[in-house]
Amino acid sequence: MVAIADSVPKPVSRFRFILDRRSVLGSLMVAPAVLYVLLLVGLPFLMAVYYSLSAYTIYDPSWSFVGLDNFEDVVEDPVFRQTLYNTFIFTFGSQILGLILGKFGALVLLRPFPGRKLVRALVILPWAVPIALATVAWQWMFDSLYSVINWTLIALGLVTRSDAPNWLGTPHLAMLSVIVVNAWRFFPFAIVIFLAGITAIPQDVLDAATVDGAGFWRRNYQIIMPMILPIVAVGLIFGIVFTFTDLSIVFLMTMGGPVGATSVLGFAGFQTGIVSGDVSHGAAISLFMLPVLFIVVIVMLRFIRRREI
Amino acid sequence: MRRGSLTGVLQETSFYGAVAFFFVLAAFPFYWMVITSFKTNSDLYNVHVTPFWFHDPPTLDHFRYLFDKTLFTTWLLNSLIIGVCVTAITLVTALPAAYSLARMTGRKGEALGIGIFLTYLVPPTLLFLPLSRVIVDLGLQNSMWALVVVYPTFTIPFCTWLLMGFFKALPVEIEEAAIVDGCSLFGAFIKMAIPLSLPGILTVVIFTFTLTLQEFVYALTFISAAAQKPITLGVATDLVRGDVFFWGEIMAGALIASVPVAIAYNLFLDRFISGITGGAVK
Repeated sequence: MVAIADSVPKPVSRFRFILDRRSVLGSLMVAPAVLYVLLLVGLPFLMAVYYSLSAYTIYDPSWSFVGLDNFEDVVEDPVFRQTLYNTFIFTFGSQILGLILGKFGALVLLRPFPGRKLVRALVILPWAVPIALATVAWQWMFDSLYSVINWTLIALGLVTRSDAPNWLGTPHLAMLSVIVVNAWRFFPFAIVIFLAGITAIPQDVLDAATVDGAGFWRRNYQIIMPMILPIVAVGLIFGIVFTFTDLSIVFLMTMGGPVGATSVLGFAGFQTGIVSGDVSHGAAISLFMLPVLFIVVIVMLRFIRRREI
Repeated sequence: MRRGSLTGVLQETSFYGAVAFFFVLAAFPFYWMVITSFKTNSDLYNVHVTPFWFHDPPTLDHFRYLFDKTLFTTWLLNSLIIGVCVTAITLVTALPAAYSLARMTGRKGEALGIGIFLTYLVPPTLLFLPLSRVIVDLGLQNSMWALVVVYPTFTIPFCTWLLMGFFKALPVEIEEAAIVDGCSLFGAFIKMAIPLSLPGILTVVIFTFTLTLQEFVYALTFISAAAQKPITLGVATDLVRGDVFFWGEIMAGALIASVPVAIAYNLFLDRFISGITGGAVK
């Protein structure tokens, strides 16, 4: 009797004993998240690499290995070279414009004035609202016939109705338009990043510089800028990654047109791989994002490591 | 003295000019959404009057059309279901993972945490080709459940990272006291750490939800059936019939879908920023 009663709690306690070991419970608790990410990010990533080295299309799902043929085809295509060039112009154009707007916006919002909270809340909107919806609003503002921008230009006497710009129908203007929309979408993020950096600078550092005779610009470029560099770098990395790989703005506003003038990597990968079903060439196009992503990840790691030390 | 006050006035003017510039830059497209969605069509397409204000009385026709004659309510419901399911999956996986990485696995956990966060940077446009194959293998093509499966691939990394920060900020003594008092390790997580980090969890819920509303690329790739679309995709691609854009309806739909996200972002902005900059600033 006694022996039976004694033996019952033993397995329970052993189970508890294992779960009370930090390393065991820790691994168990982190496992679902790691598995999810490995299965649906890690594995697909490897599949994408293999696709790009095979002759796989949705019509011919054989996985025959063709080496670097797809990449060769892609690079030899002048349309693709145009796409690659466009992607860089799109990314860096919009990031530079976004950073400039962000820096000045942050300077403006640092100073207290009546209604600052309301202005701040409104300035966040372009970044908060789903980009596909905001893009549709811009498409309407750039409409070839009813553009409110053109209406204003005509009312100001800058252009006449007959030679009003066709924003999305002219190659250079179309590129300018998608850059402006993307910069518009990211500048609130840049403002917030700059504000977070600047307000984290201890006031006594700035006071000491002022006492030592540093003026506004000197404080700005020799104290504030170097001190907020890490946080701005992290923000910029996000901006570059999400712009370099973006598809939605171009897809909704120009469809890569006119004649490929605004086609970017994400869009070209989508058109080739999904719409045309040429999966292997689509994957090859998408993989051209990798070198940029690698650089970005390395920079990111340097800045994240810094916080542990 | 007089000169000083003149430059003062000039400075004030240019400052408020800058405020006005940013105000208009950020808000005008949304003002334009509102104006467009309440205007009658004849007013909308009349280029001879000032477009910035109403010339016919405002109308609710576009909204009525949206709710009665399109799949708008279906899209709203789809987005709600997707958002709730993805949030649930994210919480169930990211909460224990973040706690474990913050408390139990030491330096190795730190590295693993960074690794998970970096997967947030792997773009949809790199993964959509293989993932669409995975979706077909799962039998989920053209179904909104495909998005429920795929969206956690970016919400889990992001939320694990955010929650790690929250758990690290909790004083470890509270959990230690609970363990000394006979609580198991897992019990300390459930009964102490979770209730104490409720504000963090709320932030994660809000952001998971808004991230699912903002996503466009996966939705575009996996779903072409109109009745399965989430709201962002439906409004952006499905309100165009033939080549005709119904701008009043499109803007009305965009407006309704934007408002909740805009409010949520403004309320939780600071936590979001401290999350993604990951303490690059001390």
